[in-house]
Parts: sequence; C-alpha cells; structure tokens
Amino acid sequence: MPLSTQSQTGGDNYVLVASLDNVRNLSNILKAITFKDHAIFNATPNGLKVTVEDSKCLQANAFIQAEIFQEFTIREDSVGFQVNLTVLLDCLTIFGGSTVPGVATALRMCYNGYGYPLTLFLEEGGVVTVCKINTQEPEEPIDFEFCSTNVTNKVILQSESLKEAFSELDMTSEVLQITMSPSQPYFRLSTFGNSGNAHYDYPKDSDMMELFQCTKTQTNRCKMSLLKPSTKALALSCKVSVRTDDRGFLSLQYLVRNDDGQICFVEYYCCPDEEVEEE
Amino acid sequence: MDCVVTGGNVKVLAKAIHSLSRIGDELYLEPQENGLALRSVNSSRSAYACFLFSPLFFSRYTIPLGHAFRCKMAIKCVQAVFRSLSSLEKTVEKCHIELDGEKSRLTFTLHCKYGLLKTHNLSFQDSESLQAVFDKESCANMLHAQPRLLVDTVLHFPPSLEEVSVSVSGERVWFRNHVDDEAEQSKAMLTELCLSSDEFDHFAVGAQTSITFCLKELRGLLVFAESTGLPVSMYFDEPGSPVVLSVTDSVLEVNFVLATLSNDANLCNHNNNNTKRARSPPPDDFMTDDIDSYLIAMETSELAGPSDALAPRSPSSNHTLTTQPSVAMRRLERGEEEEEEDTEDTERPPNKKFRSLFFGSVCPSDSQLTNQTIKSQEVLASDSEDDTQASLP
Repeated sequence: MPLSTQSQTGGDNYVLVASLDNVRNLSNILKAITFKDHAIFNATPNGLKVTVEDSKCLQANAFIQAEIFQEFTIREDSVGFQVNLTVLLDCLTIFGGSTVPGVATALRMCYNGYGYPLTLFLEEGGVVTVCKINTQEPEEPIDFEFCSTNVTNKVILQSESLKEAFSELDMTSEVLQITMSPSQPYFRLSTFGNSGNAHYDYPKDSDMMELFQCTKTQTNRCKMSLLKPSTKALALSCKVSVRTDDRGFLSLQYLVRNDDGQICFVEYYCCPDEEVEEE
Repeated sequence: MDCVVTGGNVKVLAKAIHSLSRIGDELYLEPQENGLALRSVNSSRSAYACFLFSPLFFSRYTIPLGHAFRCKMAIKCVQAVFRSLSSLEKTVEKCHIELDGEKSRLTFTLHCKYGLLKTHNLSFQDSESLQAVFDKESCANMLHAQPRLLVDTVLHFPPSLEEVSVSVSGERVWFRNHVDDEAEQSKAMLTELCLSSDEFDHFAVGAQTSITFCLKELRGLLVFAESTGLPVSMYFDEPGSPVVLSVTDSVLEVNFVLATLSNDANLCNHNNNNTKRARSPPPDDFMTDDIDSYLIAMETSELAGPSDALAPRSPSSNHTLTTQPSVAMRRLERGEEEEEEDTEDTERPPNKKFRSLFFGSVCPSDSQLTNQTIKSQEVLASDSEDDTQASLP
C-alpha cells in the first residue's frame, strides 16, 4: 500500500470510490454487525468486507459485493482502513434514514488512501452533506480458520423459524447450547436459565429446514452475550446457515435481501464456550 | 399431572397466565379433580385471581388419584413459555403440560408448526394452597355485562389511573376515576361515565352503594374476557368488602377478588388500636407495595381453604382501611408482610397457617379443614352457572 496519494483533492486520485443510490443498502447491513465501535474495512475489486470483533471470541463480517454499488472503483488490489462504525452509521443516517418509499439518501464514499479520512457525500432531496471520518490503522482480523472442509454439521433454515426462537430465548441463561445430530434431536437450541431449561427442537424434515447435513452428534455452548448481537443479522435475513466444525467453532451465515432485492451476506464466527462431553 | 391443551384453548391458557401476571409475581398451580386451578395473589394480598379449567377444557387431563399436589413458581417463567402471544394461535398446535413431582419439574411442551418442538422445563416450589375467602352469591349487587361494554368504559380512563369507583343506584351505574384525598382537588381531573341498566345483560342492584378498587386487575381480567368473548359478572356489597369479578363458561371459571376502599375512618382507628396491641413495629424495609391500603379476606393454609359457610364476613368486621393509612396502619401491614417473609425464609411448619389479621375469625382449625378440602372445592365449582354453551372457541 502506498504511503500517500499525491493530492488531497480531485476525485481522480481516490483509491476507492463507491456510490449508492440508496444508502440503506449499506447502512442496514452494517447495523447487523454493530456491536463494537471498531470496524475493519477491506475493499477488493469484488466488493467491500467489513469486520467487527469482540473479545477475540466473536467475529462478524458483512460482505457487500461490488454489484450492489452503482459505482465501485478501486485502484489497488486491496484497500484497508479502520473507522468507528457508530460514527459511520450516524453519518450514513444523517438524513434520518427514512424508510418512505421513493425517498432515498444517495451516497458517494471516497477514500484517498492511507492517512486520509473517509469522505462521504450524502445527498437527499438536493441537500448534500459531506462527512469526513478519520481513519485508523487497520488491524488484522482474526483468522478463525473456519474451513468448509472441516465442517461436521451444517443446516440451512428459513430465518423465520429461528427469529421466533431467538426472540423468546431465556436471557437469564449464560449460554446457548446448540446440538446438531444426524439422529434425534437433529437440531436443538437449549438455554439453562434461572427458572429452568428450555429446548427448541427442529426436526430435519421440517419445511423450515432447507438443508440438513449432520454427520456427527455435536453439542456446543456459546456465550449468550456473544451471540446476542447476531439477532440483528437474523432479523434482517431470510435464510441462515448454521455450521460447526470439528473444533466446535460455530459459523452463522445470514442471507440478507436488501431493498432492491439484491443479496448480501453477513457472517458470524463464535468460539465455543467450553468443551462439552460428546456422546 | 399430565394434560394436553389443543387448538384455540392454548391461547386461552396463555391469556389466563398473562392475566394472572397482572396480579402477582407467583403462579400457584393446583391440579384438582374438578380441573386445573391457576391462582395468583398480589404482594399486599389485596387482589386474588383464580382460573379453574375444567377437565373438559383439556384434550387429556389426568391427575394422580388420592394425592393432593400443589406448587408455585415465578409467573414470569410461565409467561416466557407463551411469550409470543400474537403468533401463538398460528404457530402452536398442541401444548402438553406434565408435572413430575419427583424431579420437581413442570414441563410445558409446545408442538408448533413445521414440527418445531419447544420444551420448557420449569422448576417449582411446593406450596400451600391459596384460597381467597369470598362468597359472591351473597352479594347484594350483581352486574352482568359483555366484555366489550366494560372494555369501552375502562378505555376512557388514563393508563396511569390506579383506582376506579363504581357507584350503583336504581337503574344506573357510574364509573369514575378515584381521586386520592391527598391529591390537590383543584388540579384533579374527574372522568365519569354513566351506564344505564339496559346496557347490561343482567342488572341486580339490591343496595345503593359506591365502591373503589384497583383498575389494573380489572383491566387484566377484561383483556382475558375480551379475547375469549365471555361475559363478565361483577358481585359487590358495601365499600370495604371485596368485589368479585367472574367469567364463567362451561369449561372454565375465573374469579378475581379485589379489595375495595373503605371510607370509614373510625373503623380504621379501631384497627390501629388492635394492631398496636397485637404486634410490635417491624423494621422499615417492607414498605414496597403501592396499594398497601387494601386488604381482602385471604387465607392460606397447608390445606385448601374454605369458600363456603366458613366465610361469615360481618359487615362491621374491622377489615376496612382509609385511603390514607396512618403510620400505625402501615406498621400493621408491614407486620403482616413480615410474617409472610418469615414463613418463607424459615421452613414453615406443615400446619402453620397464614391469615390476614383482619380475617382471623374466618379461619377454621386444621382438624376442621381436613374433611372440608374437597367439599370446598366442589362448592367452588358449583358456583359456575349451568352453561349450555359450547366449549371455548
């Protein structure tokens, strides 16, 4: 990465320019991963990947493909920077984030390169706001080494059925236990709260179950506090893929359809809370 | 206990639990021969509610024979089982309630759409029986109305309003918001609704009277009555004696017993004197109830309490309180609560009875009660009118 660009002015020198007719297509998906202030942005010709981490145990990634943007110009193979996500979201919704159809905020997001602020041009109804957000030294996201070849169990569910379960989860429980098994109970969410325990069982032949590939009975516990932010992504999504690998790491992938019907992905990785004796 | 609720009855059960949660923090569950009784009482024991679901309400209802069992648990936990009330009807097909006395587990299993199975294992505590002492049949006044009428009436009062006054005379009923004597009269707003007797399905006023009671619990009952479309009956006497709100159907009977405010200050003083003699002032940390100026006849014993002839509430009995309880009065209430706390903290001896100070006279001895347990329950059930109505929708 070059240390600086030649000039601070003039669009021609931006290393990254991304334009959107409807800023909600970006802000909504960023909201799904907002649980910490620091967000690592990594842009490649394929699109934008935004990563947020917590306690080195949880990582959330949002992928916004280049096609989602009306303009996506990148002058380098990879452009990375870090900004305060809360500030960025405040800027993106500076016009109130109206959901009225036909009223949309347009965005032009520019980045001059290392050491420069992220510049946002927001326009709604002929009013333009220019925001400059200072960028920080990009950190290296944790590699959870979650590899699809090591996946032991995988299910794809319609989000609808999980939304209900997550909205009802007993928050007095410290952990959420996820059991996946080729035999009964197939896919089970369990909580252990003050008042007792609760289990939510999804049979593998349910209409809500799009895919069921479980090879081995696995029981993993995740801290409820860590998983809590993922409900934001769940609320936006239409399908969710739940995977666990041989180490008990959990991957949750959410398929999110935006206002224009395009598809984006949000992904959460979560470390297991503790070893649970396997049957 | 093992019972199954199906179809629309699941929602009725859920609504009942939500309705009870407006009364108290704990749910008392008692599988009886004449049905499943769910009860709750508020912390100041001024409001009591009982839902009795007859065996016909269930698709399956089995209880262990000859073995009385009752328990209590935090109502919040049970509410959590039926959290999504709005989607309940669409999603839940069957609810299976199973009580495992050995494991001390009450299991709610919800069989939902798409094969989703929700299992809630709740822990519970053994409990004494909870039974209010009341006799609605002997009340001088009875109003019977469609829930809509009362819902529309109550709608006009602000949500913050705590108490409502109901006055009856001849052919009319007035509902008005109760303004505390402490409140500045010039700033208070009065809302009054007058209903004519022909708005009611049944209107029997024996004595001209005006009673004041808490609106919150009435609202709770109305939510239930409205959702089930069942008419509400209101039984009451003079101020100070409890008002009974009832909803009955062929498969369920609901009774809400609420204390009413008394306007008799003399009786209150009389009470204070009694109290001072009876009880030393307890510490100050039990003043948590906002409606501690009410008390109703409430009796709790190891055995089921009586509800028939054992309730000879004399009108002049000293269970009347002013709206502004004096310091001594507050002490009394604290004292009562303290007693309750104590019995919970220390292991309660099996046959020790807790009773309202004001109603000590109505409690029979334990030996008397032994044979009356079942009898009294039968009396409870016989209260329900002989409805030929079909079971709930």
